[in-house]
Amino acid sequence: MIAEAGLAALWLAAALALLQLLLGIVALRGEREDWMRALRPVAMVQAALVALSFGLLILLFLRTDLTVLLVVENSHVAKPWLYKFAGTWGNHEGSMLLWVMVLAVSGGAVALFERQLAERTLVATLAAQAAIGLGFYAFLLFASNPFARVSPAPAEGNGLNPLLQDPGLAFHPPTLYFGYVGLSVAFSFAVGALVTRDVGPAFARAMRPWVLGAWVFLTLGITAGSYWAYYELGWGGWWFWDPVENASLMPWLAATALLHSVTVVATRDGLRAWTVMLAVVAFSMSMVGTFLVRSGILTSVHSFAVDPTRGSFILALLAIYIGGALALFALRVGTVREGSRFDIVSREGALVLNNLLLSAILGIVLIGTLYPLAVEATTGEALSVGAPYFNAATSPIALLLMAAMGAGPLLRWRRDDWRSLARRMAAPAAVLVLALGAVLVAAPGIGIFPLLGLVFAAGVGVASVAPLWKRNLRRTPLFTWGMVIAHLGVSVSVVGMACESAFTRETLVAAAIGETQTVGPFKVRFDGVMPIAGPNWTAIEGTLTVSRGDGTPWVMRPQARMFSSPPTETNEAAIKTLFDGQVYTVLGRQTEGGDRWQLRLWWKPMVTLIWLGGAMIGLGGLLALIGRLARGRRHSPSGDGAAGVLA
Amino acid sequence: MTSPATRKVRILLWVPLIAFVAFVGLVASGLLKPTANVTLVSKLVGKPLPEFALPPGVAGQPGLTAADFRAGKPRLLNIFASWCVPCAAEAPVLKQLADAGVEIDAVAIRDRPEDIARFLGRWGNPYARIGSDVDSSIQFALGSSGVPETFVIDGKGVIRHQHIGDIRAENVPEILAALKDAER
Amino acid sequence: MRNACLVLLLAALLPLSPALADSKMAPAEYAYRQLPDAKQEKQAQDLMQTLRCLVCQGQSIADSDAEMAGDMRALVRRRIEAGEQPEDIRAWLIERYGDWVSYKPTTAPVTWPLWAAPVLLLAAGIWVGRGRFRRRR
Repeated sequence: MIAEAGLAALWLAAALALLQLLLGIVALRGEREDWMRALRPVAMVQAALVALSFGLLILLFLRTDLTVLLVVENSHVAKPWLYKFAGTWGNHEGSMLLWVMVLAVSGGAVALFERQLAERTLVATLAAQAAIGLGFYAFLLFASNPFARVSPAPAEGNGLNPLLQDPGLAFHPPTLYFGYVGLSVAFSFAVGALVTRDVGPAFARAMRPWVLGAWVFLTLGITAGSYWAYYELGWGGWWFWDPVENASLMPWLAATALLHSVTVVATRDGLRAWTVMLAVVAFSMSMVGTFLVRSGILTSVHSFAVDPTRGSFILALLAIYIGGALALFALRVGTVREGSRFDIVSREGALVLNNLLLSAILGIVLIGTLYPLAVEATTGEALSVGAPYFNAATSPIALLLMAAMGAGPLLRWRRDDWRSLARRMAAPAAVLVLALGAVLVAAPGIGIFPLLGLVFAAGVGVASVAPLWKRNLRRTPLFTWGMVIAHLGVSVSVVGMACESAFTRETLVAAAIGETQTVGPFKVRFDGVMPIAGPNWTAIEGTLTVSRGDGTPWVMRPQARMFSSPPTETNEAAIKTLFDGQVYTVLGRQTEGGDRWQLRLWWKPMVTLIWLGGAMIGLGGLLALIGRLARGRRHSPSGDGAAGVLA
Repeated sequence: MTSPATRKVRILLWVPLIAFVAFVGLVASGLLKPTANVTLVSKLVGKPLPEFALPPGVAGQPGLTAADFRAGKPRLLNIFASWCVPCAAEAPVLKQLADAGVEIDAVAIRDRPEDIARFLGRWGNPYARIGSDVDSSIQFALGSSGVPETFVIDGKGVIRHQHIGDIRAENVPEILAALKDAER
Repeated sequence: MRNACLVLLLAALLPLSPALADSKMAPAEYAYRQLPDAKQEKQAQDLMQTLRCLVCQGQSIADSDAEMAGDMRALVRRRIEAGEQPEDIRAWLIERYGDWVSYKPTTAPVTWPLWAAPVLLLAAGIWVGRGRFRRRR
C-alpha cells in the first residue's frame, strides 16, 4: 500500500507540474491575472506531494519492506536504522527521487516566499521550473521507478555497500542535492527573465538569495564529501579529481561566479548577459553531472550501476533543457540593455576577472573530465587524465583568483586607480613577503605550489579582513561579515591544502606487537589486536598508543572490518585531531607468518584547515544570505534600500 | 541597423549552444559503447616475449622461461590462478585444446604449490610447464591485467594474439586460427 | 562475461576486496612497506600517485587496496631501489598498457589540446570581456 501511495503521489505531482507549465504559458499569453495567481498554490502542492512520496520511500526502507525491489537490492534487516534511513538515497532510484524532490521543493519555496519579483517573471519562472520537473518526473516514472514491487518477496535484502554505511551518507548527498538542484531556481529565474524580458537589477536582487542558499548547501556538501572520502578510504587523500567529484565542482564554480556576478547586476546594473549565462550554466552543469554519474560513460568509484539506456534518456532531457535555454539566451539576450561601463581597475573589473578565472577553471575541469572520452571516440586510443593534469592546469589560475579575491573588495566601484589600490594592498603585500621569508627559512625544500599557496593565502587572508578595518564592527552589515569570513575561509583552506601537500609524513610498516614506530614527531606503539563485533560486521581492532615527545600518550583503535552482506572488507581509520593537525592510522592485513600486521601511519599537519576553511566559506555565505534577507525585510519590497550599498 | 560590433556579439551568443551540441554529440558516441570499463589489451601483441625465468609452480613439472617459446612451434601461454573462478570454467576447454595437440604452458599468479596442485588435481592439467609468478611481475611484463588470459606465441617467441577472459567453446576456432596464423 | 575476475574486482567499490577474487597469498613486501631511503621513497610515492590501478574504478595505485595495485607498488619500489628513473618505469608500463595506465598526460600530439586549453580559455575570456570596459581618457 505504501509503495503504491508513494507512486501515486509522484504521478499526481507530475500531473500538477504539467498543469503548472500549461497554466503559466496560457496565463502569460493571455495576460490572465487570476491564472497567474493560481501558479503559486499549484507549485506548493506539487512540492508537498513529492515530499510525501519521498517520505514514503524512507518509510519503506526503515521498515525494510522486502516486497519492494529497491529495498531488496539495497538494504538488509540487520542494518542499523541510520543506514536504513540514509540508504534510501544510496542507490540510483532513491537518489533520483531525492533529486526530483529538491527540484519540486525549490519550486514550492519560490512560490511560497518570493515577493520581490514582478508577477509575470515569477509566473515564467515557475513555469520553467515545472517544465524541468516534467522531464525528470518522466525519467523517474518510466525508467527508474523506486516503488517497483518484487514478487515473491525474498527472505533477505542484499545489504548496503559498507563504504556507504557511515553518517556521511546521511549528510553529504542531501546537502549536495539541495545545492546542485537548488541551482535550478537560478536557471528558472534566468529563463523566466529572458522570456519576459525582465533582466535587470530587480530581477538580480530577487535571484540573489536563492543563488546564495543553493551555493551554501553546495559548498557544505562538497566539503563534507571530501572529509568523508578522507576518513573512509584509508589512504588520507581528500580530493581525487574523480569524474563525479568534478561533476559537483563544476556547478560550484559556476555558482560562485554567478554569486559574484549577480551582485554587480543588482547594484551596478552591469554584466547582465554574463549573469544570465552563468545562471543557465550553473544548473546545466548540475544536469550534466547527473548524466555523467548515471550513464556509465565515465568510470568512477562514485558511479551508480552502468545503464546506457538511462543515460540516453537523461541526455535527451539535457538536450531539450540546456539546448532550449541556450537558444533562448542567444535569441533574447541581445535585446537586454547593457548597464553602464566601468574601468578595468574597479570593483566591477575585479569581478569580471573573477568570472573569467572561475570560468577558465570550469572549462579546464570539463575538458579534462571529458578528454579521455573524446580521444577514444576520435582515435580509439585510451588515455587517462587525472590529478597531475588538473593540479598543474588549475593551480596557477587559482592563485590568480586568490589575488583577485584579495584585491576586489578593496577596490572602488566604477573607477579606481592603481596607486591607491597599491596603498590599500600594502599591508597584505608586506605579509605575503614576510610569509615567503618565514616559509623558506622554516621549510627550505618546499615545492613551488605549496609555497605559493601558503604565501598567497597569508597575503590574501589579510586582504580579506581589510574591509573591516576602520569600521564600526557592530554596525558593519551582516553580509559584509559574510563576505569577509567566506574569503578568509578560502585562504584558510588553501593553507590546509598546502601544508597537507608539503608536510605530510607517512610510515608504512609491517609491525610486530610491542614494537614502536615513528611518524613525524610521534611515537606509535603497537600494543595488540583483538576481535570485535558490530551490528552487521566483525572486525580486528588494533590498539596503538601514541605520544608526542614527553606528552601524555593516548590510545587509537583502527579496525579492519568484514561485512557479510555484501561480503566486503573495509578499513576504519583511527584519527586523532590535535590543534596542529591529525594523526591518521590504519590497520591492514596480517603478514604471511601471522606475527606481523600492516600499519599505515600518517602525520598530517594542518589538514583540518582544509575543511574548516570550507565550513567558513559556507558560514560566510549563510551570514550573507541572512544579512540580505534581513535587509530586504527592513526595506520596501521594491528593493531600493539595498541598492548601491556594498561593503 | 546592427553595427559590425553588435553582429559579432550576436554571433558570439550562439557559441555556447554550438559548444553544447558538440558535447552532446561526443557523449552520445560514448553511450553507444556497451561498457565504460576499458578492456586493457596488451600493447605487446606483435612484439617479442620479454625475457623471464620463472620457478616451477608445482613439483614434478618444469618452470617456465621465455626461451621455451622459441622452440619453433607456436604455443599457448595461459595465465591462471587457483583462486580464480573462471579459470576453473575454462579448464575443460584447455584440456580439449591440449588433447587436440596444442601445446600449452602456464603462469600461475600469486599461488602456492599446494593450491596449484589441488586445482590441477580437480580440474585437470593440460600444461606442459607451469611457472610461478608470486608477485605479478611477469603479468605486468606481459601487459596482462587479470586472470584468466591466454597469449598465442609463435615459434620465434613473438606474441601474436591475446585472449582476455576465459576461453569458451565458441572461442576455440578463433584460438586455433590464431595458432595457424602464428605458424607463418 | 569477459575476464570475469576483473569484473568481480571492478564490481566492488574500492578499497573493498571480495574474498573470492583474491589470492590467498600475502601482499608483496614492498606493497605496504616504504623504501629505507627517504628520497627514493618520495620519488616512488610521486610516481605511484600518477599510475593508474589496472583493476579499479579510477584510482591511482597509491590509493588502492587492490592486490594488483599492491603488486604494482612493489614493482615501482623495487625498481626505484635498484636505481631506475621514475620516468623509465612509467615508460615501461606505458609500453605494455598504453597511455591509459599513466595519469600524467604525455606530450604526444594527442594531448596538446589539454595543455592548450587553459591558455585558450583565458585568451577567449579576455577577448570576450574586452568590450565591457570603458576606455580610459
